[in-house]
Amino acid sequence: MKRKKIRPSHLFLALVLALMYLPILLLVIYSFNESKISSVWGGFSLKWYQQLLADEKMFEALANSILLGISSSVCAAIIGTLGAFGMSKVQSRANTAVEYLATLPIMIPEIILAMVFLAFFSLLGLPFGMTTLILGHTAFCIPYIFMLVKARLVGMDPSLTEAAKDLGASEVRVFFDITLPLITPAIASGMVLSFAMSFDDVLISLFVTGVNVNTLPILVYTQIKTGVTPEINALCTLMLAATLLLVLVSAWLGREKQHSIETKGE
Amino acid sequence: MNTRKKKQGYWLTLLPLYLFTIVFVGAPLVYVVVLSFLQRAETWGVTGQFTLQNYRQIFQPVYLQTFVDSLKLAFLSTALITLIGYPFGYFMAKLSPKGKKRMTLALMIPFWTNSLIRLYGWIIIFRANGPLDQLLIALRIVDQPLKLLYTYPAVVVGMVYALLQFMIFAVYSSAEKMDWSLVEAARDLGASPITAFFTVTLKQTLPGLLSGIILTFIPSMGLFFIADILGGNKVVLVGSLIQDQLVKAHNTPFAAALAVVLMLMTTLLIALYRKIAGGKELEGLV
Repeated sequence: MKRKKIRPSHLFLALVLALMYLPILLLVIYSFNESKISSVWGGFSLKWYQQLLADEKMFEALANSILLGISSSVCAAIIGTLGAFGMSKVQSRANTAVEYLATLPIMIPEIILAMVFLAFFSLLGLPFGMTTLILGHTAFCIPYIFMLVKARLVGMDPSLTEAAKDLGASEVRVFFDITLPLITPAIASGMVLSFAMSFDDVLISLFVTGVNVNTLPILVYTQIKTGVTPEINALCTLMLAATLLLVLVSAWLGREKQHSIETKGE
Repeated sequence: MNTRKKKQGYWLTLLPLYLFTIVFVGAPLVYVVVLSFLQRAETWGVTGQFTLQNYRQIFQPVYLQTFVDSLKLAFLSTALITLIGYPFGYFMAKLSPKGKKRMTLALMIPFWTNSLIRLYGWIIIFRANGPLDQLLIALRIVDQPLKLLYTYPAVVVGMVYALLQFMIFAVYSSAEKMDWSLVEAARDLGASPITAFFTVTLKQTLPGLLSGIILTFIPSMGLFFIADILGGNKVVLVGSLIQDQLVKAHNTPFAAALAVVLMLMTTLLIALYRKIAGGKELEGLV
């Protein structure tokens, strides 16, 4: 209503936002710093990027992270979507319990999940590596997809599927022709979110990965812990650029994502 | 007959979720609870002996202190996050529709940025003779570098920074749905803005605020890598303790007991929230 007026509340918003971006901005600036010492500005340089691009370990970790993110978000999408759909159709007391368990991974501190997986996977004797990583990540990706799809199914107009059934469509046909297209935006935004969460994860990956399998966050974490080279600045800047792209793509995918962030699964 | 067949079909769609959840979430949790009651073997692994020793061990002053420290840090971070995040979410809900959309996008970018990257930015800032020290010296606020990296305040900043968005989105989502006409009505009836805020606004945004508190408090007890990166080895949290016991001391049963206690605390908090919010799910989670 009162639009162009600048109020103290706007200043507050701007200030907090500026503080949020400050570390990110500094990181980008320092990635172009010629000097090895981060407190000294030695002029503009791309040498850290060159060093980074020559780093094979980094590319391997990147490939692992992408593979992991895609595999776990696809697995979670299939399990979560089917589950949310089934639960909307069958009322059962077991559903409540399973729903609680299925969403638990994003409710409890990550460290618990990490420890639980480590203990359990060693009990099963699974070889630690990509398989265990995918299993662990799928577990915490399912809740996002499940909750978003569930919210979408609740908001769906039941007359649409009824109409299709009245016209003689089979259950399977109704699912693929009516329900699935309607919940696709929710699945898509859930998958993007899952991918981002998987790509971001340090703790669980750290616990369930094998000796030879690095993901990008693990690599960054170990590098930060063991002496910092400006190469990380460059790596972080590139990851930031990738994130930016991902956010823009998901915003472009429709307002679905934003909407769900605003109103969340209810 | 026909409906029964249909039902079976729907159960089939539930099968993957049931199986995965039971095998890879339920069973591991049960296993860890069992583990926490078992005796540690001399060298590695466990013996089949039942014991309460692991839980008793938590009450040793050293370990108890870690729990107290973690809780303190979690309280402090959550309080600061509430102080910043609540007004932020509230003001954000008052923006024009266009402003809201822009703000959401502006928040999404840091939110989606890898948390390590964002924390690494703070390492640069806090480093001795880094930008912060230089700025403060230039402004003559201090005359010696503060060397904030690897101190408690640095860890607090890191926690606040990593978790602030959860509070903002939670408060925003409930302030968005708020019925502003109630505030106007209160004002028309002569309530001061402050009275109107406490009697009307706060009450309506309470579910968001509470879920924001839970969404920041719970992870802040376990995010040991923040304490690790920004606090050096000076700040030990339950999370780091679990990792140490597991990876370095190979005392799996004790780590399991620690995890079970942390888990119980978490479940209690969520149950408390459900009770206050009337069985509702957490706001602003997805």
